[in-house]
Amino acid sequence: MATTAHSQHNYIKIFIILSVLTVIEVGLTFLGLPKMLLAAMLITLAVWKAALVAMHFMHLKLEKKTLSIVAIIPFVLCVFLILMLLPDIYSH
Amino acid sequence: MSEAVAVHGGVEPAETPLTPESWGKLGMWLFLAGDAMSFGGLIVGYGILRHASKTWPVPAQVLGINLTAFMTFLLIVSSVWMVLALAAIQEGNKARFNKFLGLTILGGAMFLGCQAYEWTHLLGHRLPELKIFFSTDLFATTFFILTGFHGMHVTGGVIYNTCVLAAVNRGRYQAKHVEIAGLYWHFVDLVWILIFTFVYLL
Repeated sequence: MATTAHSQHNYIKIFIILSVLTVIEVGLTFLGLPKMLLAAMLITLAVWKAALVAMHFMHLKLEKKTLSIVAIIPFVLCVFLILMLLPDIYSH
Repeated sequence: MSEAVAVHGGVEPAETPLTPESWGKLGMWLFLAGDAMSFGGLIVGYGILRHASKTWPVPAQVLGINLTAFMTFLLIVSSVWMVLALAAIQEGNKARFNKFLGLTILGGAMFLGCQAYEWTHLLGHRLPELKIFFSTDLFATTFFILTGFHGMHVTGGVIYNTCVLAAVNRGRYQAKHVEIAGLYWHFVDLVWILIFTFVYLL
């Protein structure tokens, strides 16, 4: 039971981090930062939050590597998709 | 029970993804990977259309960020309730499990309620005021496709979780089934985190 209590404590900690990051995200949009800087910061925060959910709530941290590989494939393919489309984007 | 303690203690994973008892989990992960590619394709498509458009409204000036920040919060809380429900059933505490999975479902339903309100308001008032039309405007089209595709996932998740709640109480589902349902639910939360950033904040 002690281990379960510990993991629940950990879930609440992750929850607090996620909430704080969300507040920071919304707050950042009001600061009037340069567009590229704001975009970079917001995307970093979003990826950070998504990683927290995957690692802790979806237990990727505790699982065998196979599942992490399965999970990472879509992201690799999306980056690939963006790279393949870059020539078209910059022809405008 | 020993399985539950092992998973939660972080000492060693009780299940290996290629053993029969966790094929369900591996199956859900494979499904989610495919689903992530659907979302990925839509988000990348959205980014490219937005980049190529000469004009694009500032999302924060058209959409209600406060409401959707609250919706983000709802899904995150709902995810936490889901892990607490899983922890409860792994301990064998049925009452606590029922409470937290019930709350998870309620959180999802509230999210859908907020989204229904948001869409009604946008379609009925906000977009016509700004002369943005769903049929001709890429901003509106991509917005409704992305949030709609995600909203359908939330709807599916609420139904899924309700079925799991019923099946556990009828003794047909155990902790491992709850864990698989949890994976889906957290994925829906994860995708919303990304959509919230790309569609609402950027």
